[in-house]
Amino acid sequence: MDTLDTAVAAAWLRAAASAVERHESELTALDAAIGDGDHGSNLRRGFTAVGLPGAGPPPTGPGDLFRVAGRTLISTVGGASGPLYGTAFRAIGAALPAPTATVADLAGALEAALAAVQGLGGAMPGDKTMVDALAPAAAACREAADQGLGLPAAAESAARAAEQGMRDTVPLQARKGRASYLGPRSVGHQDPGATSTALILRALAEVVATP
Amino acid sequence: MKKLINDPETVLPDALAGFAAAHPELAVDLDARIITRGTRPAAPKVALVSGGGSGHEPLHAGFVGPGMLDAACPGEIFTSPVPDQVLAAVRTVHRGVGVLLVVKNYTGDVMNFRLAAELAAEDGIEVRTVLVDDDVAVEDSTWTAGRRGTGATVLVEKAAGALAERGAPLAEVAALAERVNAASRSFAIALTAATVPAVGHPGFDLPEDRIEVGVGIHGEPGRRREPLRPARDLVAEVVDTVLADHDLATGDRVLALVNGLGATPLIELYLVFGEVHARLADHGIEIARNLVGNYVTSLDMAGFSLTLTKADDQLLELWDAPVATPVLRWS
Repeated sequence: MDTLDTAVAAAWLRAAASAVERHESELTALDAAIGDGDHGSNLRRGFTAVGLPGAGPPPTGPGDLFRVAGRTLISTVGGASGPLYGTAFRAIGAALPAPTATVADLAGALEAALAAVQGLGGAMPGDKTMVDALAPAAAACREAADQGLGLPAAAESAARAAEQGMRDTVPLQARKGRASYLGPRSVGHQDPGATSTALILRALAEVVATP
Repeated sequence: MKKLINDPETVLPDALAGFAAAHPELAVDLDARIITRGTRPAAPKVALVSGGGSGHEPLHAGFVGPGMLDAACPGEIFTSPVPDQVLAAVRTVHRGVGVLLVVKNYTGDVMNFRLAAELAAEDGIEVRTVLVDDDVAVEDSTWTAGRRGTGATVLVEKAAGALAERGAPLAEVAALAERVNAASRSFAIALTAATVPAVGHPGFDLPEDRIEVGVGIHGEPGRRREPLRPARDLVAEVVDTVLADHDLATGDRVLALVNGLGATPLIELYLVFGEVHARLADHGIEIARNLVGNYVTSLDMAGFSLTLTKADDQLLELWDAPVATPVLRWS
């Protein structure tokens, strides 16, 4: 599977929704430690809504699908995750050409998502947010594209980079979001936003790895 | 967890249905999740829209009515409303002369209200936003998301609401709201944590003889943990912490809000107010107006917050102006 078409995009969104549902209590527990404990339930509400049949015309390509998903996330999740994930998926959608996207297109889309998330939330790498997973994932995908790797290898590389970034948030002190109010007490906890980002990128890797 | 609920998933709609039944003078749209006044103001006026996560009752729906808010949008518990919700509120109450959004400084609220403001602007509606950020427990915005918005929200909404009711233009209402926020500082102490229904257990574990100092209103722990002490000592620390960050001097007057966080009985809040009154008198500061009660809560968190707003003649006059909401009501 070397290009990202509408079917792959739809499968990714379904797999992401399923991953969020399976890990809901884990995300909530991570959030309860340094936030208010609703990250899992909020994301599940949004991704469940993404899976509901839309009233509009059928999507013309993966970009179209991601744009609609982004808008749905913004209108259903709330909190900080709604605008951030919604904006990220809208940026991914806007960056992908119809009807199919290459690995280089995907790298560009992840870079666009990163720029959109940073533009909205103002977080830098090291602030203990989803950026700590998204930034290395985008970089790994770009590297894979430059090396001419296929979609499965690129997605796997992005997922691994996101997971490493997620683990690297543990010793950090939060500087953005509600966890920042804890100051030094936020140290020692894995960031829930970086964790959900890693889950979503792992979902893509799993979808494209299946022949 | 022992709570009077049907199902953790339906707490918000069930509570909104009850709020609608209790307040027929307000219009509660259960689908759009917005609360507006039952009757439109006689003359076009700047509309005030506020909102935020649920769980802070009576904030914000309890302050909808003549003299204060035109609409409130409650989000899920401790979760900001979504932009569609805010936009629906703005469209419903806009009377052609602009809308002021009163937003507490939390990342989610800031982003969702910002997206809503952008959408409203695309509709040709003039929107201004005031960010409430009065919590001195959050010290340095370089290292945090900036100061939280807490008790000052009520004072901003009351004063700006009174000015809007008199037909003041949007720029003037927004400037006043910003001035009231700038003149306000708050600090809170928790004796117990809040339990979010969907989570089912307290947000943090606190030993019987310990308190959380510098908490916000979302169940997150505070800045540090200390032994429980007599109220007089706790109040002294809270008053001094607020004053250290305030430009109040001997002879100044303040509006004082002693606010319960949800599970503290009024007898304790009045006791606290007495100590606040005495401590401020020691500093030569006069409490010109006060509120004692549960106004900006955090579900079942026990404890209190103190908000001091530097008062002047205009602010006191706006404070005394008639208001008719479920919670604040005087003529």
